[in-house]
Amino acid sequence: MSYRSLAFELFPFLPPLFVSEEQRLLHVRYEHYTSTMAEERRPKQCTVVLPTESMKAMAESIGVGQLQEESCAALSEEVSYRIKEIAQDALKFMHHGKRCKLTTSDIDYALKLKNVEPLYGFQSQEFIPFRFASGGGRELHFYEEKEVDLSDIINTPLPRVPLDVSLKAHWLSIEGVQPAIPENPPPAPKEQQKTESTEPLKAVKPGQEEEGSTQKGQGATSAEAKGKKDGLMRMKPRSTHELSVEQQLYYKEITEACVGSCEAKRAEALQSIATDPGLYQMLPRFSTFISEGVRVNVVQNNLALLIYLMRMVKALMDNPTLYLEKYLHELIPAVVTCIVSKQLCLRPDVDNHWALRDFAARLMAQSCKTFSTTTNNIQSRITKTFTKVYNNCWLDDKTQWTTRYGCIAGLSELGPDVIKTLILPRLTVEGARIKAVSDGPVVSNIDKIGADHVQNLLLKHCASVIAKACPLPDNVEQYRADYGYLGPMLCSHVVKARAQAALQAQQVNRTTLTITQPRPTLTVSQSGIGGSGGSRTPSIIKVPSSLTLMSTRPGTPTQPSPPATKYIVMATSSGSSSTQQVLWTASIRKISRTLKLSSSAVANSAVDMMKLALMRTATGKGDPELPLDKFSIRNCSPNKCLTEFK
Amino acid sequence: MAAVQDGQLNMEVEKDIKTEITNDGSGNINANSSSPGSTSSGGKSKSPAGSGEDQQTLLAVLQFLKRNKLTESVDILRREAGLSADADDSPVSDSAGAGSGGVPNVSADGGDANSLLSRVSIATPVAPPATAPPKATGSMASGGEDQPDVNVVLSAYSQQGDPVLYPLYYNGLKKFIESVLDCHRAELSQVFYPLFVHMYLELVYNNHENEAKQFFEKFSGDQECYYEEDLRILSSMSKKEHMKGNETMLDFRTSKFVLRISRDSYQLLKRHLQERQNNQIWNIIQEHLYIDIFDGMPRSKSQIDAMSGSLAGEGKRDANKAKVFYGLLKEPEIEVPLDDEDEEAENEEGKPKKKKPKKDSMGSKSKKQDPNAPQQTRIPLPELKDSDKLDKIMNMKEATKKIRLSPDNLPSICFYSFLNAYQGLTAVDFTDDSSLIAGGFADSTVRVWSVTPKKLRRVKSAADLSNIDKESDDVLERIMDEKTASESKILYGHSGPVYGISFSPDRNYLLSSSEDGTVRLWSLQTFTCLVGYKGHNYPVWDTQFSPYGYYFISGGHDRVARLWATDHYQPLRMFAGHLADITCTLFHPNSNYVATGSADRTIRLWDVLTGNCVRILTGHKGPIHSLAFSPNGKFMASGATDGRVLLWDVGHGLMVGELKGHSDTIYALKFSRDGEILASGSMDNTVKLWDTLKAFDDVELDDFTAATGHIHLPENSQELLLGTYMTKSTPVIHLHFTRRNLLLAAGAYNP
Repeated sequence: MSYRSLAFELFPFLPPLFVSEEQRLLHVRYEHYTSTMAEERRPKQCTVVLPTESMKAMAESIGVGQLQEESCAALSEEVSYRIKEIAQDALKFMHHGKRCKLTTSDIDYALKLKNVEPLYGFQSQEFIPFRFASGGGRELHFYEEKEVDLSDIINTPLPRVPLDVSLKAHWLSIEGVQPAIPENPPPAPKEQQKTESTEPLKAVKPGQEEEGSTQKGQGATSAEAKGKKDGLMRMKPRSTHELSVEQQLYYKEITEACVGSCEAKRAEALQSIATDPGLYQMLPRFSTFISEGVRVNVVQNNLALLIYLMRMVKALMDNPTLYLEKYLHELIPAVVTCIVSKQLCLRPDVDNHWALRDFAARLMAQSCKTFSTTTNNIQSRITKTFTKVYNNCWLDDKTQWTTRYGCIAGLSELGPDVIKTLILPRLTVEGARIKAVSDGPVVSNIDKIGADHVQNLLLKHCASVIAKACPLPDNVEQYRADYGYLGPMLCSHVVKARAQAALQAQQVNRTTLTITQPRPTLTVSQSGIGGSGGSRTPSIIKVPSSLTLMSTRPGTPTQPSPPATKYIVMATSSGSSSTQQVLWTASIRKISRTLKLSSSAVANSAVDMMKLALMRTATGKGDPELPLDKFSIRNCSPNKCLTEFK
Repeated sequence: MAAVQDGQLNMEVEKDIKTEITNDGSGNINANSSSPGSTSSGGKSKSPAGSGEDQQTLLAVLQFLKRNKLTESVDILRREAGLSADADDSPVSDSAGAGSGGVPNVSADGGDANSLLSRVSIATPVAPPATAPPKATGSMASGGEDQPDVNVVLSAYSQQGDPVLYPLYYNGLKKFIESVLDCHRAELSQVFYPLFVHMYLELVYNNHENEAKQFFEKFSGDQECYYEEDLRILSSMSKKEHMKGNETMLDFRTSKFVLRISRDSYQLLKRHLQERQNNQIWNIIQEHLYIDIFDGMPRSKSQIDAMSGSLAGEGKRDANKAKVFYGLLKEPEIEVPLDDEDEEAENEEGKPKKKKPKKDSMGSKSKKQDPNAPQQTRIPLPELKDSDKLDKIMNMKEATKKIRLSPDNLPSICFYSFLNAYQGLTAVDFTDDSSLIAGGFADSTVRVWSVTPKKLRRVKSAADLSNIDKESDDVLERIMDEKTASESKILYGHSGPVYGISFSPDRNYLLSSSEDGTVRLWSLQTFTCLVGYKGHNYPVWDTQFSPYGYYFISGGHDRVARLWATDHYQPLRMFAGHLADITCTLFHPNSNYVATGSADRTIRLWDVLTGNCVRILTGHKGPIHSLAFSPNGKFMASGATDGRVLLWDVGHGLMVGELKGHSDTIYALKFSRDGEILASGSMDNTVKLWDTLKAFDDVELDDFTAATGHIHLPENSQELLLGTYMTKSTPVIHLHFTRRNLLLAAGAYNP
């Protein structure tokens, strides 16, 4: 009895099985590799056979009813064997296709090898959208084919044509050292940065070749690398913080763009900070830049620059390749300053410094979430700081509304628990104080605005917490009794919050009902291309682009480092921002910048230039035109290439 | 030469019936090991073993031929199988004329080299063009309902014992081996795997399905982990019907598993089995295993592990005894009016002084004949054209500017990323002078890029060409069509993914091999397809030009490597012997030998002149995906899916090094121009550099190890690793050293 032909007949009905078989096989392969590493673990041999029910189901689908149990068993064994055979052949095609993912076309080719008609209609790039359904004790995988309205297809605009294959060259290594460019993976992965900062002794062990090579990539001099190879025991790795000319240029461009007046440039710079993988080495400079910047600008009440700096902090935190923990001691004070400072702008009655406080408070909450550990206790320390300030202003009526606002914002961003324990109990007092300002004799416009903002803030944050915590119904009197002056307003907010929550719940319910299966589309899939799109939309309000100047003092990095004059220092100017003066200082700045750069970077750049020149001669004529020029340009604006490279 | 001829004929037939009957495994090995001199008509090399099984195979083949009315072939086969075996004179055209596969059988006697080509040119007009019949018959035979022929082959399993006793037998042997002295245990443990497989197959063949399953479950865990791949195939076979179509296991059945065991250990085993009257196991050992006995110390576990792992055991010792002329051919002396003035003007003073002695030394080196080199005319090589000479001069000039690499002076790596390739990049090649790069894609296209500012231009059409003044000096410029200048060109023609790609050394041609079973030759002057070489009926995994051009090698799923010349549409040589797909092919730098790596986890080296297999190298634990010869031709490196690079001494046929470090398939290997550094590129997105000078120095080769091949591999991968360079999710699939020792790497960015 030959089941073989029938087995092949059944192939078209097997896609789901194929998929699972593929995965299993690939899984086993993976196990195989790990097992050869470990030499001990053994993957289980698989003697999986398809269930006879599937045979029945498939036979029914081609019009063969009432298949006997025995035939089913025989068939399922045969089919399982054939599937395995074909999956094994398909793996060959995968290997020769230099992929590690089996595709449907691999299976088609494997079938072709066996002189079997391939399966048509499963040409999906990524995955086959099988649906699963169960019911009546049966489980089914099926391929859902929806009716497609042709007119829809005709009317939809054409998708973008996928980009053509192109060739791009970059330096993977220059004389054994891997340059830190966006085309290469980040020189120091986040884990390594972490071990370096937490366990500096462990990070570089002599004799660890793997580690050594990546270390070399970080620009350690070759002499050091050699020293390591000799197995010299070194107590602690001396971290050098030399930046190459390109990196200096990059730093200059980025910092200038971040605090400059052109918003488009800033967005680009911030995106670069948020995505560029090679910023690791510049992190100390950035953090000093930010902390010093905040220090100076708070004194000068320069709201715009503070906002820019906070956006830089945000961008740094967004960068997945950076390990910020080392620099929190500089960043957190800066952020906290922006939350609770008495005055952040020149005209507190007009400028919207509240938004900055909100933004910084959110930043604070985010960093608490990401960096708080049992050893550094950031969250509790921050909470304590806020409460202390808050307590002070609670005791002291004279505390500025701004500071009060900052504390409350900072605390409430930390989560509902904090609100519940620290803010709710004080609502009454706070309400009384607000009442005093709004009802009492007109003290000053500033106070009034401040009180207003505090009130709105309290209502916003507390309402949602109360809505969750307190039982229905919402009784105005009860609220008044509990929370004093703010009670009635709070009550109405709570009611609103509840209504909104109910609405959202409904929406959630509805979405679960919709089928999340992707529509069968005729569009050419464009997976993997297209950059990360446009610039990030600035998450805080636009500030009047006042022509102000950033003023920093020469940064003093935490580690012993090359003279700070190497880095671009902008001319200091007094806080008053008369336009004329600004213009004047701007030109001064330009001159001083060029001077500084040329004088400081000379030593370094000369070396680098020589290297490049050497390489040019080495790789010169006969070799393909190597992208030397592009290489140096690329370092200046990595985000441009990033979009290209993504 | 009769032996080879016979082997090839068998192979041909075997291909017809799609490897159902694989005699070639054992047959060819025998043939190869016959004698390196090879001209002597030593009669049937397999005559001692020609009893029983071989006889049956022959009968099966005869039967098949008869059924397909290939009477002439039957006659020839009869005659050859006869004891006289004096088939030296049987005309080649005769067999080709019989249409048995339509492949010109040009095995020819090797002594006089010129016959290689002349014979082909005689043979080809007579032979019918290579057409469909192989495939047609193949599908017919394999798709047929019952196959008496195959049953004949398999019938060796029909003798059976009590299925219940199998586990007992196996267990008994296991206990015995575990109890012997330590020094013998490792050696005897080698028996487990082949024994296990054969016992399992016997059970399956005799329809003891449940017993087979139990047997498998009980003992499969004991096998070495590198056999896991095969065990999986084995485990899926649970019925007699499955055995018919399964090529891998048929190979296992028909080719003897080779074990190397010291005499002492073997005696021990023999005595044990005889004492116990354990005939079942003894039969299997006698029938299906080839035990290569050597005198001397038993090998250690690590020594055995280093060499084992292939589908059919280790290569026999005498399989690697043939002399291999691994030296390089003498470079033709080119009288170059080296315009020294020019160079001096180019360079600063001081440099030319240095250069002169260097040039002299190079000249003297090329004048001296390498004792290990083959005769200059052993293989007819194409005449050098003027353009080739110019290129050689360029090459020499560049070579003087070459960077000397060393562990302290690592090469720079320039990485060419293919963007937007959508997972479709399957093959890459660079020209030797690194001016062009070509990529083969899964969408059947071949694309060529120019990486120099010089754009790619097509030759003008015939009509336009006739208008050109042929006497003008810049005629070569004029024939190019400026309008077609572009940075890249696309070549359409294949109907399946392009898995192999290779530039000719003179940059005029490009070869590509594809899933559609063809190898295509493209002109890089007109950017059109010139020839489609048909012969492989299954996917062709790799193809490679000879370093001297003209010849090329291809290998694929049909397990046969074919040697072609560009001006013949049929192969000049067919190298059969691998037990699974040929996954990669490579020419030796002197073009006299061809190396093939296979999914059966062996590497074979073939002599282009005689068609013999002169080396079988075992030791990899997974399909081999990359090969590289050192520039001096003495060493070879190979990389496989197991993530290890193995280094081989071609002359001795020995493994001389193992480089561990990669975690995934190694798709690219390349020696630097002076051979000091080996670069390896892998699926794990890294390029690694290895210190090969040290690797080759560290190995001490005394006479004993050279004679026995039992080598202690030093565990020094970490010391030899000079650098690891991660790419950004870009698997490295090709590597190339420019003439100045800059390393170029290529791969598709895979977000």
